[in-house]
Amino acid sequence: MNLLWLQSGGCGGCSMSLLCADTRDLFATLSDAGINILWHPALSEASGVEALEVLHACDEGKLPLDILCIEGALLRGPNGSGRFHMLAGTAQPMIAWVSRLAGRASFVLAIGSCAAWGGVTSAGVNPTDACGLQYDGAALGGLLGSSWCSASGLPVINVAGCPIHPGWVLDTLVALAHAEINDFGAADLDGLGRPRFYADQLVHTGCLRNEFYEFKASAEKASDLGCLMENMGCKGTQAHADCNTRLWNGSGSCLRGGYACINCTEPGFEEPGHPFANTPKVAGIPIGLPTDMPKAWFVALAALSKSATPRRVRENATADHQRVTPAIRKSAGKPKLK
Amino acid sequence: MTRLIVGPFNRVEGDLEVTLDIAAGAVTAAFVNASLYRGFEQILQGKTPLDALVFVPRICGICSVAQSSAAAQALADAMGLVPANNGRIAANLVLACENLADHLTHFYLFFMPDFARAAYRDRAWYSAAEERFKALNGSGIKAMLPARADFLHLMGLLAGKWPHTLALQPGGSSRALQAAEKIRLLMLLREFRSWLEKNLFGDLLENVAGLASRQALEDWRATQRAGDFRLFLEIAEDLQLEQLGRATDVFLSYGNFPQAEGVGRLFPAGVWDGKLHALDELAIVEDATCAWLNGGAALHPTQGLTLPLSDKAGAYSWCKAPRLAGRVVETGALARQLVAGQPLLRMLAAEQGGNVYARIVARMIEITRVLPEMERWLRELKPGAPFCFPGSLPEEAEGRGLVEAARGSLGHWLQIRHGRIQNYQIIAPTTWNFSPRDAAGTPGALEQALVGAPVGDKEATPLAVQHIVRSFDPCMVCTVH
Repeated sequence: MNLLWLQSGGCGGCSMSLLCADTRDLFATLSDAGINILWHPALSEASGVEALEVLHACDEGKLPLDILCIEGALLRGPNGSGRFHMLAGTAQPMIAWVSRLAGRASFVLAIGSCAAWGGVTSAGVNPTDACGLQYDGAALGGLLGSSWCSASGLPVINVAGCPIHPGWVLDTLVALAHAEINDFGAADLDGLGRPRFYADQLVHTGCLRNEFYEFKASAEKASDLGCLMENMGCKGTQAHADCNTRLWNGSGSCLRGGYACINCTEPGFEEPGHPFANTPKVAGIPIGLPTDMPKAWFVALAALSKSATPRRVRENATADHQRVTPAIRKSAGKPKLK
Repeated sequence: MTRLIVGPFNRVEGDLEVTLDIAAGAVTAAFVNASLYRGFEQILQGKTPLDALVFVPRICGICSVAQSSAAAQALADAMGLVPANNGRIAANLVLACENLADHLTHFYLFFMPDFARAAYRDRAWYSAAEERFKALNGSGIKAMLPARADFLHLMGLLAGKWPHTLALQPGGSSRALQAAEKIRLLMLLREFRSWLEKNLFGDLLENVAGLASRQALEDWRATQRAGDFRLFLEIAEDLQLEQLGRATDVFLSYGNFPQAEGVGRLFPAGVWDGKLHALDELAIVEDATCAWLNGGAALHPTQGLTLPLSDKAGAYSWCKAPRLAGRVVETGALARQLVAGQPLLRMLAAEQGGNVYARIVARMIEITRVLPEMERWLRELKPGAPFCFPGSLPEEAEGRGLVEAARGSLGHWLQIRHGRIQNYQIIAPTTWNFSPRDAAGTPGALEQALVGAPVGDKEATPLAVQHIVRSFDPCMVCTVH
């Protein structure tokens, strides 16, 4: 399958993250799945007119385009002209290129939350009128329109995240390439077009701070070990991703790095309506509790568990290293042999 | 005279178009267009100051930590806060990890694949270059990627993830390393050292770091049988890369890696133009004459604003033109090492100025100098002692953060009014190196470096131009932001 990768209004960080894949040979993994990289802005030899030859051949239908990966938001401004990003060497706005190439592709992937929803590039006053391929924030539409489908019949596949985990992209690409094993289709996408294998998970699952969460033993400042939900802005209980079971850069995740999950796979995460590192509260109760739990139950359970918090958990929550270690269970010693 | 427009210029981070005027087989003038505008400085206005830590790393996926680090320093400056010692060391380790990973990415993925082009098939070194550096296929590239990924496991331990960590805080680091994890980090660093010594240098890092003169480097090369750096030196000599890409020979470094209080930075700040000068931060201005941005007058970043003006007459880039006391400067690993007094690079620059060859040698030397420092810093971490001091932001404050990304000097200037960001100005390394012309019509560093580059009759994307452009390790997403 021929794969073309283009970058627009983003930071290039999804490509950089992809190169962190814990494979021994990333390119061999892709070519083994039958994926042929036609052009990638950071990886390919072809530059200038050589690269344009590839793009023109895809555009004109002379070169089959199976998978089109777009990284970065689509910049419609100023005034609908797309001038904020002209594809170098072509005097044409990138949005025009992306619209045409998307019409040629069997599958179109939004790589990262910028390409999916607009993401960080659309934050604040959204200076460039940035949007995603098929979403403008949480609203269907975006550059290609709400009813758009690729030649395969699928909408844009939103591999959302800021950045993506390399595994999310690799698993999606290899699944598309191996239709005979797992015919990747509409049922594999969630309600926002994200691959369900990672988007049906919660960041909360596998979080090392879960014992602190259970007892509502909360961190109060950066570097504390406690749960980050009550005070530090963490949205891991609501965020759709498998970050704490599929770790980052070996053994990491945002929570393991000591900072809040900011829900970066979600449309609109860039404008949460509160400072990222503070949990907004009403009458002392954090808003944005787990989405599938009655609030009254949560509050009642929280009160109960706070009163039952072991000293170890309570004291460690506001320390940056374990002050109280788990007790060693007293036993009667080894049973004597008769 | 003919005019050539080169783009999309790939294997640079981000979007670049270069327009060349050509006469008698050489470039006579160059115009550099950073062709993507996103408006981070507009996005940041009105935000809660600490939210900058979420936004600024996302300016750039390859200088992400450098952007974090500059913001954390600007916020600490505004708070009047000195980070916890452990936090300072952890932040140094994280930034050094990014810088070295970027040097490796540049060498193997961005720069060297041009020597595996068919145009060089008659050269004696071609088959070796093709075997190691052919894009998407070379054995060197394939060996580098997992080594880089393993090295970046440091980020998993110290920063949660890379790119786009929130671990770097004004008061230090949100990730307190535990005692047992020091050992894991040490093994990780030693494994990376071993990879470098086997694949890139074919020698101990210290032996390369100690090369103090042109003669010493040539003698060293003559004894080498292996290593990708040796192959580069052979190619560079054959293609006379030292004759390509000389810019202004004024070099800027903000200095990097703060050491214990009162000791300064591992690589000090300064300006090198054959002599060492102190950095006068107040002499930095940005000129928007040739940028599709409002205004034009050269302003210090505390005075500057960024507002797009896409129909502006005479403009040809989204990039402003930074100048230091009116001078066009070059920044990057070469500048850092010249300011820091590395003797080999001082000698190379004295003889031939800044050029394609010297820029690559500087990155290689920097790798050999920084990794042993990382091993030393790790030993200085004291698990159990604080990693992060809390601070509070005044309602009205100003702050600045000056750091070195892999590709050069990165500055953030922050103004807080009524508890919100009133203005946030950023000058990135490639803003300096790839600036357009200023009000006086003086071209930027790359624009000057390209003049005289040879162009063959049938070359639509001239190879010499590509070598020169990529020798700066440009990051275009940072450039305009």
